[in-house]
Amino acid sequence: MATLEIKDLHVQVETESGPKPILNGVDLTIRSGETHAIMGPNGSGKSTLAYSIAGHPKYQVTSGSVSLDGEDLLEMTVDERARAGLFLAMQYPVEVPGVSVANFLRTAKTAIDGEAPKIRTWVKDVTTAMEKMQLDSSFVQRSVNEGFSGGEKKRAEIAQLELLNPKFAVLDETDSGLDIDALRVVSDGVNRFTGQGDRGVLLITHYTRILRYIKPDFVHVFVRGKVAEQGGPELAERLEAEGYDRYLRESAGA
Amino acid sequence: MTTTDTSTDRRPDGTDPERGVADIGPGATADSPPAGEPGGAVAGAIETSTTVASHLHPGGSFEVDDHPVPTGREEVWRFTPVKRLRPMFEPVPTDDLAVEHEVSVPHGVVQGVLAPGQAPRGTVLVPADRPAAIASAQAGEALHLQVPAEHVATEPIRITVTGRGADRRSNAHYVVEAGAHSEATVVLHHQGSAQHNANLEVVVGDGARLTVISVQDWDADALHTGQHEARVGRDASYQHIAVSFGGDVVRLQSNVSYAGPGGRAELLGLYFVDGGQHIEHRLFVDHNTPKSESNVDYRGALQGAGAHAVWIGDVLIRKAAEGIDTYESNRNLVLTDGCRADSVPNLEIETGEIAGAGHASTTGRFDDEQLFYLRSRGIDETEARRLVVHGFFADIIRRIGVDEVEELLLAAVERELEITVGVPAAPTA
Repeated sequence: MATLEIKDLHVQVETESGPKPILNGVDLTIRSGETHAIMGPNGSGKSTLAYSIAGHPKYQVTSGSVSLDGEDLLEMTVDERARAGLFLAMQYPVEVPGVSVANFLRTAKTAIDGEAPKIRTWVKDVTTAMEKMQLDSSFVQRSVNEGFSGGEKKRAEIAQLELLNPKFAVLDETDSGLDIDALRVVSDGVNRFTGQGDRGVLLITHYTRILRYIKPDFVHVFVRGKVAEQGGPELAERLEAEGYDRYLRESAGA
Repeated sequence: MTTTDTSTDRRPDGTDPERGVADIGPGATADSPPAGEPGGAVAGAIETSTTVASHLHPGGSFEVDDHPVPTGREEVWRFTPVKRLRPMFEPVPTDDLAVEHEVSVPHGVVQGVLAPGQAPRGTVLVPADRPAAIASAQAGEALHLQVPAEHVATEPIRITVTGRGADRRSNAHYVVEAGAHSEATVVLHHQGSAQHNANLEVVVGDGARLTVISVQDWDADALHTGQHEARVGRDASYQHIAVSFGGDVVRLQSNVSYAGPGGRAELLGLYFVDGGQHIEHRLFVDHNTPKSESNVDYRGALQGAGAHAVWIGDVLIRKAAEGIDTYESNRNLVLTDGCRADSVPNLEIETGEIAGAGHASTTGRFDDEQLFYLRSRGIDETEARRLVVHGFFADIIRRIGVDEVEELLLAAVERELEITVGVPAAPTA
């Protein structure tokens, strides 16, 4: 049983006109076995939350804490956080020319596990993970994300999720830009991951569409850098019907 | 735009001849100024005749005296530390102890010598600068390697040049002739230390496929100048790969012209410049026939104070060269402060009736987003940097196709990386 705990998190970025606050006191607790959906309008700070948890240097934490099993994640480097059990599926996965997917996956797996995977089972694991995400086996010979379509990049992220099998996964708009078939493939992958029973997911999304395939235990509405409302899956249904306007009006009037 | 000013490399007012510099990429740092200079757009056409070839490359000469000792202010010398290279401007004979040549020739390839003036020596290569003229004049007998027509050499031709003293001068000339429809690979490997001044003259016969790999694996105090000049036959393929790691000052020219339509040239380069080192590659592709192709791709990494890389990529598209296709690219990866990369692509175009012409140059540091992505998967910073640098060179290394050279390269990249990026993590099974 593990816990990812975010307390009163404040984050800013440097801009030309000085520091700009984006997160204004985020509180969120995710236990293993739970799937939390974070929904919100564009610009509400959802992606900033994802990157801040993962440790992207662009985002400065000014106060608050993020801990995984009581350990302070904010004190850790980006790679230490990953080795502690955190995974971020990115909205825009980065191309790394000249580094093959096979080499990348093996290096990452070795780093996460602290030892090299056994060659015989590993090759099979990679092939299986690729097949499940409906990625051709030739992908492992290609450079990481280079020349991949938008959908292929997202599916490759979920293949990594399955192979690295972290304690907690933050999925940053993994559903955006996917056609319905790809959305189903990606959702199946996430459901296999959560189906293990002891994994936590923070699913960040703009649309309710993916929630037809991935059932969240909790839904949080994110507005202007903090959680405006939380509830169960029924909250997502209400958002689908009403949109975010109500929160934006309330927030503006506050 | 018209200029006939080809008598000097530099105009009286000190400006450069017009030159086109485009697609200069982002990320140049204060220590690595963006390539090129302010100036005109893509160079305009000039009137051509047999005597006025290119203002970038005023005709060469075999006469040493036609090439004055450079001051460093000339266009073709302005990036070069001429003081450090001074011994190479002296027309002195070869010190017999300077270098050892070891030549290994696979079955079917004929090895011989060519006296000065004995064809095909001197039919392709006309010295473009003073060291090349000295090498030509002082070399005596030239090594001559002939691949007979239609012969396919299964093993590379190997020429290993081992320097025996940084104060010893060698002048050499090598001639490689690939007969029509033959296939061969030449590996020219330089090691040890010397003042090595050598020309390589290459005749690629019609339909032949020839690869030349020149590896500069010198000790830290070597000086190396040279002109590699190839003429590519009708429908022939020529690949020249320069790999420069060692040496104090290395200044190599890799030039190509065509003997008929349909020839292809691929000029690749990979270099790693350490503190205090000067590594200079100068390319000139003379598209003098229709339907010829050229592709230039040079990549280098720089680290340490005073590391200086120079890349000059000149392409001339003559009036006759209709339907040609050319692209040249130079990328520099700056690993530390205090490095300098000069990168100057030039296109000189005399006909618009072409399939394509382009160039690109980028100089930058590590891509933070790439590092973040790799590290977000648990890979530590050192390992992430190693992956990115390997990836940066991988495209070039992959295209070499000679196992021993690929291995040598990977080992050399590894060795260089240890200096700034760190030693590898515990070996993985």
